[in-house]
Amino acid sequence: MARQINIRSKKNTISFQIDVKPLLVTLFLFILTAAALFAGPGLGDPFFNPVEIGQSLFGIGSGGNEFIINTLRFPRAAVSLLAGLCLGTAGAILQGIVRNPLASPDIIGITGGAAVAAVIYITFFQDSFGIQWLPFTAIGGALMASLLIFLISWNEGVTPIRLVLIGIGVSAAINACTMLILTLSPDYSASQAYIWLTGSIYGASWENLRLLLPWAVLIVPMTVIYSSVLNVQELGDDTSAGLGLSVQKHRIVLLLCSVVLAGAAVSVVGTIGFVGLVAPHIARLLVGRSFPYLLPSAGFVGALIVFSADIVARTAFYPSDIPAGIFTAGIGAPFFIYLLVKHRNKF
Amino acid sequence: MSHLLKTKQSRFIGAFAAVLLLLFTFCSSLYFGQTSIVIEDIVQAFTQFNSSSTNQVIVLDERLPRAVLGIVIGASLAVAGALMQALTGNPLASPSIFGINAGALFFVVLAITLFSFSSLVHIMWLALLGAAVSGLLVFLLGSIGRDGMTPIKVVLAGSAISALFLSMTQAMLVLDENGLQQVLFWLSGSISGRSLDMLYPILPFILIAAAGAMFMGKALNVFATGEDVAKNLGQKTNLLKIGIGVIVIILAGSSVSIAGAIGFIGLVVPHITRGLFGPDYRWVVPLSAVLGASLLMSADVLARLLIMPQEIPVGIMTALIGTPFFIYIARYGLTKR
Repeated sequence: MARQINIRSKKNTISFQIDVKPLLVTLFLFILTAAALFAGPGLGDPFFNPVEIGQSLFGIGSGGNEFIINTLRFPRAAVSLLAGLCLGTAGAILQGIVRNPLASPDIIGITGGAAVAAVIYITFFQDSFGIQWLPFTAIGGALMASLLIFLISWNEGVTPIRLVLIGIGVSAAINACTMLILTLSPDYSASQAYIWLTGSIYGASWENLRLLLPWAVLIVPMTVIYSSVLNVQELGDDTSAGLGLSVQKHRIVLLLCSVVLAGAAVSVVGTIGFVGLVAPHIARLLVGRSFPYLLPSAGFVGALIVFSADIVARTAFYPSDIPAGIFTAGIGAPFFIYLLVKHRNKF
Repeated sequence: MSHLLKTKQSRFIGAFAAVLLLLFTFCSSLYFGQTSIVIEDIVQAFTQFNSSSTNQVIVLDERLPRAVLGIVIGASLAVAGALMQALTGNPLASPSIFGINAGALFFVVLAITLFSFSSLVHIMWLALLGAAVSGLLVFLLGSIGRDGMTPIKVVLAGSAISALFLSMTQAMLVLDENGLQQVLFWLSGSISGRSLDMLYPILPFILIAAAGAMFMGKALNVFATGEDVAKNLGQKTNLLKIGIGVIVIILAGSSVSIAGAIGFIGLVVPHITRGLFGPDYRWVVPLSAVLGASLLMSADVLARLLIMPQEIPVGIMTALIGTPFFIYIARYGLTKR
């Protein structure tokens, strides 16, 4: 099989080169994700096969299954996949921008900013304004946190190491604020909020799905189209500026996309950690470094990670329902340590 | 780094002022709180205690333990931080950054929820074990690679180990919701509502460790010139390192076992002390203890007063005070090295 396919218009005015293998892998990951969406709701007790799931989604199934599938399990599977998609893509963008294998939205404080804004909103405003503004608040928090981190680390440019160090510092302060609000909030069930904070897809509903879907559907494809500039950026600031790329402008646009995706995901599922760190690394092993393939693959890998974590979380300790974030951190933290060992001479 | 008090005389005056500050914060820790208590009541509580007076009972049963714990834990954390910074030559080293808090917390929660330990002494030993395990892990992870222990590597290793232990702690707490209600306040670090009975079994260890730290000043000064130089000068550096490690683990681990995760005292205080008294560890260690105790007690008083009638867990206060400091060191302090 040819390694690359060239597509040219007749007079060679437009031409694309498509790498076959990464394209196929990306498509395969997409199919896997789609399959998860329709198989996932069946797992657990009681078990349903995909046909039954399809039937009840289109309203032609036998009566008893509808509640479990349509109301409980399908939105949950969909939300976990979408949240993972957002987080994985956000992490891949971020690692591309700061050119640091250890960067991810949760380590440099972006998810922390989203979480504190979301906790403030849930505690003080949700009763009067309703849940529909929650994603905007969380995205706003994520934006403010990343702006703060970016500004503090700015010293004639931003070096990746300073960004990560200061991100860790800022997220410590932000986490303190979150805990502060949790302890302050009057007659608020602390344990519920705590579970939300650890990242849980526990009570995902169609409404959550509606909140998350537009962001994922709009921004993920947009970044994929836009991402070829990241390929150039990987060559380094000077080279890419020499190649005619306005480095800082693209960096800011992509950073914004990453922040918005992470914020949207956090607003619905809480802080599910380490997905944005791990997914891009797995995707890189599968499809290589070219960003137009890497971004969607990282998204799909992220989706599958959160999805599997949630399936394990709700079935393994049945009837307890454990936050999926615990599993992602349990896998992600050792992976982070592995990366640290692997790149030990870089820091 | 230039420091404020250059002559020996001015340092003695500075040390005296620090002790006065400690006394002042101790008194204000007895005085301020939800119930306003006049000074006569506080004095009487110590001189001629009258158990029918509510105010005097509050002073002796609630505020005094809090102030004493503030002193012991603040001093322990600050000394542990100073020793860690000396051991690693790393300005960001401190118990919370090293993941010691998270490790000790994990072992404590494991003991309470899974094995339903209730003996405080056993829990305390487990906390020490957790502190040792996580501290050692971060130390090893942070020193791999060509350049040895760079600040960024230590911070990254610390946050990875912390995240790992925290996620396991969370898993246990979610499975056991009653346990969560008990420890939530404690997760964020607090010295309120704890009786002095918790302190007595470990106090001897803390005192011995602290005394050991005080006598180490001279050796630390030699060690700070660089490990190779110290070896050539005849210092048994490996022995010293083990000694420092044991002291740090006792001090930091027992603090966590009593008060939960109180961060940043161990990071901030040694820097302040060095800024005032210079790099001589014979001054830095004891004065870190004094200033650490004052800082934790003041943070605790603030935590009581800011949003009366509620209280902020003091660990949150220290994190809010400490993180700007961390950021400052990360931004400016590291470039010199």
